Amino acid sequence: MASAVMNRGGGHASALRSSLKNIAQFVIVLMTTLLGLAAVTFFIGRVVPIDPVIAIVGDRAPAQVYERVRQELGLDLPLIQQFWIYLKKAVTGDFGNSVLTTNPVLTDIANTFPATLELATLGTLIGVIIGIPLGILAAVKRGSFIDQFVRVLGLAGYSIPIFWLGLMGLLVFYAKLGWVAGPGRIDVTYSYLYTPVTNIVLLDTAMQGQWDAFWDAVSHIILPACLLGYFSLAYISRMTRSFMLNELAQEYVIAARVKGLSEMRVIWRHALRNAAVPLITVIALSYANLLEGSVLTETIFAWPGLGQYITNSLQNADMNAVLGGTLVIGTAFVLLNLVSDLLYRLLDPRTR
Amino acid sequence: MKNLPKFILSAAMVAAMATSFSAVKAATPPDTLVQAWQSDDIISLDPAEVFEFSASEIMGNTYERLVSYDIKDVSKITGQVAESWTVSPDGKTFTFKLKPNKKFASGSNITAEDVVYSLHRAVSLDKSPAFILGQFGLTKDNVKDKIKQTGPLELTVEVDKAYAPTLVLYCLGNSVASIVEKKVLVQNEKDGDWGYNWLKTKYAGSGPYIMRDWKANEVLVLERNPNYEKPTPLARVIFRHIKETASQRLLLEKGDIDVARNLNPEEVTAVSKNPDIKIQSAPKGTVYYLGLNQKNPNLAKPEVRQALKYLVDYQAIADTIMKYKGDVHQNFLPKGYLGAETSNPYKLDVAKAKELLAKAGLKDGFSVTMDTRSTAEITGVAQAMQQTFAQAGIKLEILPMDSKQALTKYRARQHDIYIGNWGSDYQDPNSNADTFAANDDNSDNAKAKPLAWRNAWDPGPLTAKTRAAVMERDGEKRAQMYKELQKSVLDDGPFVIFLQQTEVAAVRKNVDNFVLGPSFSDNDVSQAKKN
Repeated sequence: MASAVMNRGGGHASALRSSLKNIAQFVIVLMTTLLGLAAVTFFIGRVVPIDPVIAIVGDRAPAQVYERVRQELGLDLPLIQQFWIYLKKAVTGDFGNSVLTTNPVLTDIANTFPATLELATLGTLIGVIIGIPLGILAAVKRGSFIDQFVRVLGLAGYSIPIFWLGLMGLLVFYAKLGWVAGPGRIDVTYSYLYTPVTNIVLLDTAMQGQWDAFWDAVSHIILPACLLGYFSLAYISRMTRSFMLNELAQEYVIAARVKGLSEMRVIWRHALRNAAVPLITVIALSYANLLEGSVLTETIFAWPGLGQYITNSLQNADMNAVLGGTLVIGTAFVLLNLVSDLLYRLLDPRTR
Repeated sequence: MKNLPKFILSAAMVAAMATSFSAVKAATPPDTLVQAWQSDDIISLDPAEVFEFSASEIMGNTYERLVSYDIKDVSKITGQVAESWTVSPDGKTFTFKLKPNKKFASGSNITAEDVVYSLHRAVSLDKSPAFILGQFGLTKDNVKDKIKQTGPLELTVEVDKAYAPTLVLYCLGNSVASIVEKKVLVQNEKDGDWGYNWLKTKYAGSGPYIMRDWKANEVLVLERNPNYEKPTPLARVIFRHIKETASQRLLLEKGDIDVARNLNPEEVTAVSKNPDIKIQSAPKGTVYYLGLNQKNPNLAKPEVRQALKYLVDYQAIADTIMKYKGDVHQNFLPKGYLGAETSNPYKLDVAKAKELLAKAGLKDGFSVTMDTRSTAEITGVAQAMQQTFAQAGIKLEILPMDSKQALTKYRARQHDIYIGNWGSDYQDPNSNADTFAANDDNSDNAKAKPLAWRNAWDPGPLTAKTRAAVMERDGEKRAQMYKELQKSVLDDGPFVIFLQQTEVAAVRKNVDNFVLGPSFSDNDVSQAKKN
């Protein structure tokens, strides 16, 4: 890519300038997004009719304890000032402590986000690896059995509630057949065999050569990952089908066929390459959705992820945790956006 | 169609991969008890701060206190770390002698210095449960003079008034008064925090189990304390946080856990048919009630308050929505407490209620709202009441809301009717009398917010009577005083108390001596074993 830019731009200087411009643009987008997110979440958190002090001291605390905590939280200050104080601390990486777990919010996120990341990544991989070929097949064999099958699969993915499917999955594959392990991330007996480094259990156990623990973790993650994978597959295959149908109707496809190229080459090298550009957005969006944490899946599978963490915090008026979590998700969204932008450039010369 | 076989092949591969993961164990290890529970209420494991159900249970199994009570008959108070105690003639000074051979999990001896330190610490940290000790006139500033070491194994506790001794003892048996090891906490102290930031996730006690590890919202592990006088039969107890009750049921039936703690009534019924599972239950010190805000002119009428007590189908609620979870109970003291009244005079009686409403000038009923926490059971109960209220022409509007939101509104006295539950803070009847039957200041900006205040109810002479009951040192007379207080609140108070909570657990048959006690800190696994 760099050489392409050089050839067109005619020199290092302009290439450098354009990358600097891109980086600056990205930083500005990231900062504005995060500031906006922080402001909206912060003010919503302060106007909800829940007293955050009760969340900390409980219902029974005597008046003086209540007052002391209220002052410690700075709740007697004007809202704008409270927000300013929050921002100043946040910039230094201090997002405050969570009420529920009493840990610094960053520590909590460092514990919960990897769990979600692990599940979402595996789910998306399943969605992409199975969803794209299925979508292509459906488009190529339009109206055939496989096409109908993909459409029904997609429809079901949209309409079946995930908690139902999750429980049924547990009932069949865990309780009845015993193929996979039950709710949880890893068996307690294995959980002390490795030291959490990345907090991504599959990675940690594999890196430390704890293969028993690794396989136990695999047998725990496979069902929820397939479940999320199915929902992402339903979306991705449907979109792939429609993008491919669009491409296959284009003149260049006819031209390629006329040239005598093999059908495989026409589909995989030409049509898919063009369909891939919008598809990347679809995949990025679906991945981002999973990263937000699938609260229901996490609840059913007792998966200690970010979705459960934020929901639980929200229900307990634990606003520091909610804010911290929201900012992490916001950053993830912006980063995914950046990655899909870069991929666009790689795949589509017109955007370079 | 030529690509279809590829798809089938890949599907088959996925299935084959799944089958190979059958390294799934079917039973838990024989020396380990695994429980599934909802423990997202745990915010700290420092006994000076613990005030929530789940953490109280951990405190009960990992720490010891000066005194304790028999969970089968809570009126029997026994020494736990204390060997004996005496009360001075003026009733204000309690002298405790400690058992000589008690040890902390670390192996060090428990001395009076540790006990004094622990009590100073709890009062000085002044966390949520500190009022349980603070109510005896103990403050950060005077506690060093009031609680003193008088020998290697002897200490005195001085209270400000001659309270009923059992009240003081019950409070010293509460988890806030748990004994922590001074040496360990001094080592971990930072900036004069009494080791609080360390202890909230760690352990420094002497109970049957050691708290080994806690991962919030994931798992909590207890391990046998080798220095405990009567070592536990089990090496380990693991509490897994499983929020979803249906998942708890699956794990239990599969044998991956031994105890499921939060099954709903249908799930309890279903697993009770499983020959490998038994159901255990115990009444708890929590009562369910409606709070009728006296700022609402209709609810302020005594006839209306009574009419509402006749408009609840107590038995139906206990038999259906709250099956396994509660028994009909109409007085503010839970069964098992000193002086607890067990008669339940009110029954659903629409005619009687209509008569009372007519007397109040509300022959055609009225409209009223109920702040309802949106949990399945509370919503269910509220809906049942909506139906029976309607029979007498009262239009009840249910306002569903989050529990913290409902509580915020309740504490601001902005509700009409609040449906809630109240659990006793300690085993003495004063814990509930103080909140249901006493209100020192009914003004809007009062400092204390007992339930009577929250419902803007001035109980008149009952406040003085509640205060007097605390000072009565004759047990029988004291019990009588509480009976009278309960009667007054039952007849005229702004509370429709309808249920006492029962805790239910589904336990695998091979588990013995799993005990559910009257309070959450009494749920005891110290003698549990597996066959």
